[in-house]
Amino acid sequence: MRNTKVVTLEEAIRRSGLKDGMTISFHHHFRGGDKVVNLVVDKLAEMGFKGLHLAASSLSDVHAPLIGHIRNGVITKISTSGLRGELANEISHALMEEPVVFRSHGGRGSAIASGELHIDVAFLGASSCDALGNASGCPRSENAKSICGSLGYALPDAQYADHVVVVTDDLVAYPNVPKSISACQVESVVVVDSVGDSSKISSGAIRDSKNPRDILLAKQAAKVIINSGYFTDGFSIQTGTGGASLAAVKYIRESMIEKGIKASFALGGITAHMVKLHEEGLIGRLVDVQSFDKVAAESIASDQLHQEVSAIEYASADHEGSAVHALDIVILSALEVDVDFNVNVLVGSDGIIRGAIGGHPDTAEDSALSIIVCPLLRGRIPCVVPKVTTLITPGAGVDVVVTEYGIAVNPRRPEIAERLKEAGLPVTDIRDLAAKATSIIGVPDALPFGDKVVGIVMDRHGKVLDKIRNIED
Amino acid sequence: MEMKNAVAGTLESGDIMIQISSGEGLEIDLQSSVAAQFGSQIKAVITETLKGLGIENAAVKAVDKGALDCTIRARVTAAAVRATGKDVWK
Repeated sequence: MRNTKVVTLEEAIRRSGLKDGMTISFHHHFRGGDKVVNLVVDKLAEMGFKGLHLAASSLSDVHAPLIGHIRNGVITKISTSGLRGELANEISHALMEEPVVFRSHGGRGSAIASGELHIDVAFLGASSCDALGNASGCPRSENAKSICGSLGYALPDAQYADHVVVVTDDLVAYPNVPKSISACQVESVVVVDSVGDSSKISSGAIRDSKNPRDILLAKQAAKVIINSGYFTDGFSIQTGTGGASLAAVKYIRESMIEKGIKASFALGGITAHMVKLHEEGLIGRLVDVQSFDKVAAESIASDQLHQEVSAIEYASADHEGSAVHALDIVILSALEVDVDFNVNVLVGSDGIIRGAIGGHPDTAEDSALSIIVCPLLRGRIPCVVPKVTTLITPGAGVDVVVTEYGIAVNPRRPEIAERLKEAGLPVTDIRDLAAKATSIIGVPDALPFGDKVVGIVMDRHGKVLDKIRNIED
Repeated sequence: MEMKNAVAGTLESGDIMIQISSGEGLEIDLQSSVAAQFGSQIKAVITETLKGLGIENAAVKAVDKGALDCTIRARVTAAAVRATGKDVWK
């Protein structure tokens, strides 16, 4: 081959025309094992860049080294779905001048497509790539090191960024097909030792929660689904990865077999649980924006009916064809739910950012039935509260809240409340759940919020939904 | 009242570890994962429990991992009994 796009990282950056103040982007498919963000930003710092806007699909504990690059002015703005660990803690304590902009996965896809979030240079990690830039999250040689499966969150960046650099640890022979990212969208390919720590991308085995409260919540959530009116042949479903959510799949499966009901598709972050149901013939297709574990990543590499979707195809509010519009049932978790059914999944009850919006508001709003599963209390922290610390998913999209002390149904959905009552489920007023929490733990003191805005929460339609203030110790 | 150094509780989530030793008045050093929201309530429960046992002078070090009031009372009582040798459960 005469042509190759393979260059060093420094050369790729130079060719990209990146300048101070521009926007760089990353995906988070390598999750807690990601090495691309730190590697690239270290190089940008070394090359003397300043004032960059880092727009990642999400950030986690492993990105704590960004703190240094924020202090030295390399990064001055961040857009992301989530923040965790020491970086989140520092940002909550007013590390940055400019507030972090938080968007849902669908909201980020829409913002990139509309140009509201313009990306100058995308640095996209890939498990395999050929010399012209056909890239995939699937293994394509015996040298494959860091497997992530779906590259759904990277696809809007690949499509809309002015300049795309693929970073891979396995350069394979042309053509690397089937591809996720097309060579026609890629300007440079950089080969590095490792793009991600496989052991932290996913755990291999299915772990069933042994926590008795999780099991109780899961059983109740499954009963809600089965009696909701939406549990009919051809239904579709999305679940989160929390212990209760995963355990619920087990009970739904039993009922599907018993009643002879099959699902048309499962959506979202795909787990080993969903792969198992699909392989048993209980779920027709898997629509995968993010492979959550090794089993899911291996399935998407080999199974025609397990398909990748981009963040836009998954959950954009601006695109009527996005998959959430076809979704019947979603099971979601929450840090807090309030008496108006508003949900917070981003800011802890101590006022410190410790989570990610993910697809929460996207799926809650567009699905036919959204179910929040959370315990009434986590230790002394209440999960059903008078008012959420930060608004992430408006109550208008939330239908049912399942706790171990009862099930609350949004008054907008009286028909669902009736069906659950008829099935003998303990339907209760959400205000009674909040009062129950207060009776056990007392009334918490107000959090010591300061005056500085450290985060702005955008809704999935591009409007400001809430502001996060700094916390003072 | 004579006091030995005594401990009750663990550092598990949902528990509180209470260390008691002799002191002047009630001094409570609290570290808590929920200090911002519940610090004053936790200190009040510790104080109330000790006073209920007739203890007015003690140094208490409490490391809390989100314990409920019932757990705090139980751990404080157990630590106090170990510190004073005076069984309150008979």
